[in-house]
Amino acid sequence: MSVLHYGDLHLTLETGETVLDALLRAEVPVPNSCRSGACQSCRLRACAGELPASAQVGLRPTQRERGYFLACLCRPTADLAVAVGDDPPQEAHVVAVDPLARDIVRLRLRPEVRLDYRAGQFVTLLRDDGLARSYSLASLPEDEELELHVRVLPHGRMSRWIAEDLRPGDRVRIRGPEGECFYSDGDPAQPLLLVGVGTGLAPLHGIVRDALRRGHTGPITLMHGAVTPAGLYLADTLRDLARSHENLRYVRCALHGDPAEDLHIGGIEAVAAALLPKLAGHRVFLCGDPDRVHALRKQCFMRGARMNQIHADAFVTAPPPAP
Amino acid sequence: MKSLYDELGGAAAIEAAVDIFYRKVLSDDRIAHFFDGVDMERQAAKQKGFLTMVTGGPNNYSGMDMRRGHAHLVAKGLDDSHVDAVIEDLGETLRELGVGEDQIARVAALANSVRDDVLGREPRAQV
Repeated sequence: MSVLHYGDLHLTLETGETVLDALLRAEVPVPNSCRSGACQSCRLRACAGELPASAQVGLRPTQRERGYFLACLCRPTADLAVAVGDDPPQEAHVVAVDPLARDIVRLRLRPEVRLDYRAGQFVTLLRDDGLARSYSLASLPEDEELELHVRVLPHGRMSRWIAEDLRPGDRVRIRGPEGECFYSDGDPAQPLLLVGVGTGLAPLHGIVRDALRRGHTGPITLMHGAVTPAGLYLADTLRDLARSHENLRYVRCALHGDPAEDLHIGGIEAVAAALLPKLAGHRVFLCGDPDRVHALRKQCFMRGARMNQIHADAFVTAPPPAP
Repeated sequence: MKSLYDELGGAAAIEAAVDIFYRKVLSDDRIAHFFDGVDMERQAAKQKGFLTMVTGGPNNYSGMDMRRGHAHLVAKGLDDSHVDAVIEDLGETLRELGVGEDQIARVAALANSVRDDVLGREPRAQV
């Protein structure tokens, strides 16, 4: 007999009973519709225990890796714990805040407890007054420190606090990791396209290194776009990375500026389309400004990338405070 | 009788079909503008539900949901010609997947059965 743990509930599953039926029996209001794995409205996340493979049919690889499953298809053969609500935040202290570009700073944090995350996911930074903002992780899980790239906005309450007030040794709280924009093992020869605009580079720098160290052999194109060439931060680091990996191409793209040998001038969508007109079979990662990410997502889909092979993380900016 | 949904290969096949269908819809000038600014992932999930339903797969079809989901488009001028275009694109999608004409006609009939809900009309009297 397997037991289903859901918060304070510990339900003994009847033979062949699904997680959905067991939770509904216990009057847990789980959204559900088709009850046969098609609509995915009963998607839940397991935090401990083993999932039958049949409970994850049709989910994205990144969702499968994070323990998501469809409650209506899940007939556990062993005990299973389902995640309820958010994990509590944890403490981290500031190691350094240093500039990456004119309006971008790098925040390095050391968490009290090593954070278990996938390169490319994001954390939410919490200030004591309740202000919360999410930032992508540019670091790798085995790094001692978490690295965040923060665009400093003129009216950004969190970003200006980070850039102007935070000092090494200060304590902050973080929640997470969250997000499904990361590299998952699949076909190592699959071509990858990663496009980041502005600080959209942060998760991609993690993802591209993660893919390489996991032995990805297929061609990888990493594109970074900014308004002017000055916004193309970490260029030397990325050039070095491309030089040491034959299958990695690093492409810089600025909206305005003088063309140079390794610099494309123009809109990021147009440059991407010219470089890679056909994307059938590609895995795509898109991060940064929502308008660009949505336009790129549509464009990549129309150029042949499959919808479930496009991983997008649009960085939504909080509205400026009322004057 | 085995449904077309099962014959095509169930949920995984429908996912592949949605890619083809959604691309057709977005490149169809008659209807593409109705999809401006929508969340593509959510839209693809809805289309998956639609394709599952019209191929006879598991569904929990609600005419009310269909009415609510399209009311804002009806206000923007969604009419029979647009439903025709969608059904045409659906047929093309299935043809590309090697589905026979008689099956396509059956799918089109199922899709037509939701026309009044989509367009927010009272069901017409059965002749």
